[in-house]
Amino acid sequence: MEKGDIFGVIGYSGAGKSTLLRLVNGLEKSDSGKVLIDGKDITNLSKAELNGMRKNIGMVFQQFNLLESQTVYQNIALPLIMSGMKKKEIQIRVEELLNFVGLDKKSKAYVSQLSGGQKQRVGIARAIATNPKILLCDEATSALDPKTTESVLRLLKKINTELEITILLITHEMNVISKICNKVAVMEEGQICEQGKTVNVFRNPVKSITKEFVNTVINSSIPSPLLKDLNYQDPIIRITFFGENSKQSLISKINKQFQVDTTILFASVNELGDNILGILILQLRGEEEEIKKVEDYIRSQNVGIERMVI
Amino acid sequence: MIEEFLNVSSDKLIESVMQTLYMLGWSLFFGMILGVPLGLLLVFTRKEGLLNNKVFYFLINGIVNLVRSVPFVILLVFIAPLTKAITGTRIGTKAAIVPLVFYIAPYLARLIESSFLEVKSGILEAAKAMGANTFQVIWYFLLPEAKASLVLAITTGTIGLLGATAMAGVIGGGGVGDLALTYGY
Repeated sequence: MEKGDIFGVIGYSGAGKSTLLRLVNGLEKSDSGKVLIDGKDITNLSKAELNGMRKNIGMVFQQFNLLESQTVYQNIALPLIMSGMKKKEIQIRVEELLNFVGLDKKSKAYVSQLSGGQKQRVGIARAIATNPKILLCDEATSALDPKTTESVLRLLKKINTELEITILLITHEMNVISKICNKVAVMEEGQICEQGKTVNVFRNPVKSITKEFVNTVINSSIPSPLLKDLNYQDPIIRITFFGENSKQSLISKINKQFQVDTTILFASVNELGDNILGILILQLRGEEEEIKKVEDYIRSQNVGIERMVI
Repeated sequence: MIEEFLNVSSDKLIESVMQTLYMLGWSLFFGMILGVPLGLLLVFTRKEGLLNNKVFYFLINGIVNLVRSVPFVILLVFIAPLTKAITGTRIGTKAAIVPLVFYIAPYLARLIESSFLEVKSGILEAAKAMGANTFQVIWYFLLPEAKASLVLAITTGTIGLLGATAMAGVIGGGGVGDLALTYGY
């Protein structure tokens, strides 16, 4: 992980995501190996050193873990009080944070009166109160409805860009990864089985578990009614466009320049963070040699291509 | 009117009430001084606790269970030598405070333990993630979250203690309970 990343870890329950996250701030002890933060190993820190280090790492929880009996203000002020800040400064800082997360009118409300999304905003405000360098999100949106999830994700993105806080988040929703993560790792049975830039993983998932996850967001299979009458003799190719490439008129060029017929079996255009990922499944009919030329042409246009076996 | 109804002089009644309050107040005070740390230790030394310590937990848990299972009347007589050593006498209102403290402290410890255990473990995790030390965990996280439940626990403890003062008459402690036993029959 590098500074400024929003790094997503995805996997099914029990894959070891939470454990991985808790290793980073020492809530979980490692049996072997090292955890390096800024090049420093944190596995053999003393208790006091560990507490000091944790003040530089914020954490957001799935179940919020706020003090229900206290007000929003008191909850956000807690880490500041513990760091020994003066009362006046705390007041200024908390107001600033409440503005940032969009809860400036809820300062005096008790946590038990808030909705899930609002609670998570308080949780996030509390986590970033002490200006940490890293923010850990443990399934931060899993207990929220889709619309609220969206707004919380936007807030996390804002934290990442405006406050320059590196974010490590774990989730079981690929949707979360596609919206805000620039890098992703897929976990299975305690191991990271695939990782890389989000766009690359989405374009070419390798492991079957990764494909499953990608499919939850981007469906790229040929609809079953079409499969029934499909002519399996002709090659089927899967093309992935990305960013600027998606704007070119590839298909019409192929049809004009080469002696092949193209049938579109599937097409989709998807948002991926700030980018666009287009997926196209085509069947090409024509001479084998001519088809090879088409494939070479597509490759030369910086567009991903692979032959599909069905 | 009260005198006719209860068949005792109001002087006696007032004296008994004062004795009961005296025993209740002091034994609650000392009981808390002993019981609150015991309760906290029970919470912290248990397996999932912050200071996980098997031996300590085993010891405190054992003592609490042992003392709690002794009927109060027996406790009154049983620790008489200790009472003498502390207060200089085996009988009287003052002497009754010692067994009362021994009765209420483990009881309070248990009640306080259960109040603290009601606090969600997620809160503790959040506290640790913020880099709170043990004192800060107690002061800023556990106490505020357990406050309502603690008040209830101490109320329950006080009622139990009031019941126990009635038996203090056995060693001449006086009080409303003793009055009722002596004159009520």
